[in-house]
Amino acid sequence: MLVSITIEDRNGQRQQIEVPDDMNLSLMEAMKAYEYNILATCGGMALCATCHVQVLEGKDQLSALSDAELDMLDTLPDAAANSRLACQLRIDKSLENAVFRICGQEHE
Amino acid sequence: MHTTDICVIGAGPVGLFSVFEAGLLKMRCHLIDVLPQAGGQLSEIYPQKPIYDIPGYPEVKAQELIDNLMKQAAPFNPGFTLGERVEKITGDTAEGFTVVTNEGTAVSCKVIVIAGGLGCFEPRKPVIERLADFEGKGVSYIVKDPELFRDKEIILAGGGDSALDWTILLSGIAAKVTLVHRGETFRGAPDSAEKVFQLATNGRINLVLKSNISRIEGNGHLKEVHITDEKNEVNIISADYLVPLFGLSPKLGPIADWGLQIEKSAITVQTTDYSTNIPGIYAIGDINTYPGKLKLILCGFHEAAMMAQSAFRYVYPDQRLSFKYTTVNGIHSF
Ligand SMILES: Cc1cc2nc3c(=O)[nH]c(=O)nc-3n(C[C@H](O)[C@H](O)[C@H](O)COP(=O)(O)OP(=O)(O)OC[C@H]3O[C@@H](n4cnc5c(N)ncnc54)[C@H](O)[C@@H]3O)c2cc1C
Ligand code: FES
Repeated sequence: MLVSITIEDRNGQRQQIEVPDDMNLSLMEAMKAYEYNILATCGGMALCATCHVQVLEGKDQLSALSDAELDMLDTLPDAAANSRLACQLRIDKSLENAVFRICGQEHE
Repeated sequence: MHTTDICVIGAGPVGLFSVFEAGLLKMRCHLIDVLPQAGGQLSEIYPQKPIYDIPGYPEVKAQELIDNLMKQAAPFNPGFTLGERVEKITGDTAEGFTVVTNEGTAVSCKVIVIAGGLGCFEPRKPVIERLADFEGKGVSYIVKDPELFRDKEIILAGGGDSALDWTILLSGIAAKVTLVHRGETFRGAPDSAEKVFQLATNGRINLVLKSNISRIEGNGHLKEVHITDEKNEVNIISADYLVPLFGLSPKLGPIADWGLQIEKSAITVQTTDYSTNIPGIYAIGDINTYPGKLKLILCGFHEAAMMAQSAFRYVYPDQRLSFKYTTVNGIHSF
């Protein structure tokens, strides 16, 4: 099945993306596949926080945060109550129609 | 001025191994890294994680691999300049190069090896108006010398381990320590979090939770910090120093300005010897790119070996380089 997710980039531009839910992808991997500018240094291990997103819509449907994710978010200057690490969100039905904003610095 | 054969920019695993490969060919190295310790991503991001794809090690902890690379390089006596960022490289093939850091340290060398990985690890900065104006004038992102804060009023910000650790340490040194954290719990080492809450209960530190720094003021030097809580109420606290501690994030940084061919934040190289478009400058490890590039430690090690052979021929064009195994020849330190 395809899950439909909206991504808002750093310029406020929104785009809806369709991602299959049977490939065990994370939101970070899906965003990379769509060539969004995110660093994701640690490759999805919740170790770098360079895949920081804010959930603008659909926060309550998402899976709970793990301790590792909370730890990492704590190190960010701009983390908010709706912050998540994109690499810790699996693409499944819980993400359907959610809206995410990409945070953090752009990299060259 | 330091003088050496090869100046290695970046003391990650690949930079460290290039000391060994160069050493076998009797070339000396000086390494520079912006981090206060050697080890690159391994020591900074994942020191305790096991790595499984280093030949000969079914499993090795990242920090252990770095410790071993340091041991392996030690017989060749490399020089180190740590905690400084390389800003500038000048010179050319004929006269040799000079590498200069942000603190003015200069290294004169015949060859430059850029092993800069993902770039410089730089502090993550909170978005506060005029923050940059106060850098070095009350605002800093690392605690280099705790004595600087003796009997001063200091505000720390952040919720990770370093914010907790420095709060504890500085509580015994500074006149007043305030820790500002956006959350209400700390998930750093439970032991440290416990200590911080204890210090706050005993009135030894000022703990401001569920709040953010919203503004800073001063006249030439930092004077006060405005802290906004979740109800949008502002609390103004006087301060001599503000230290935001939000970890580090890599940025390509000055490397982009050195006239090297760059493609998507990586330096393009020849795969025969990992040389760049500037003769005498090589790029190895995560910082380079070529068709088929894999960002793996193993691949960086291979590139270091190829680079060293080429660098030798480049520095000593008249000397014959005969390839020898270390098993036959041993290691001749210097
Ligand atoms: C979480 C995680 C897990 C990983 N797991 C593996 C694994 O299992 N196996 C594997 O092979 N690889 C793994 N990697 C990748 C591996 O860490 C990198 O390939 C490796 O670190 C590259 O080494 P390097 O020496 O090229 O660069 P780095 O380790 O990035 O070191 C570069 C150094 O250069 C310094 N630097 C850059 N610019 C400057 C400048 N201008 N002045 C001064 N210093 C500068 C930086 O501060 C840094 O210390 C992993 C990476 C991460 C993040
Ligand atoms: S990719 Fe590093 S924390 Fe998500």
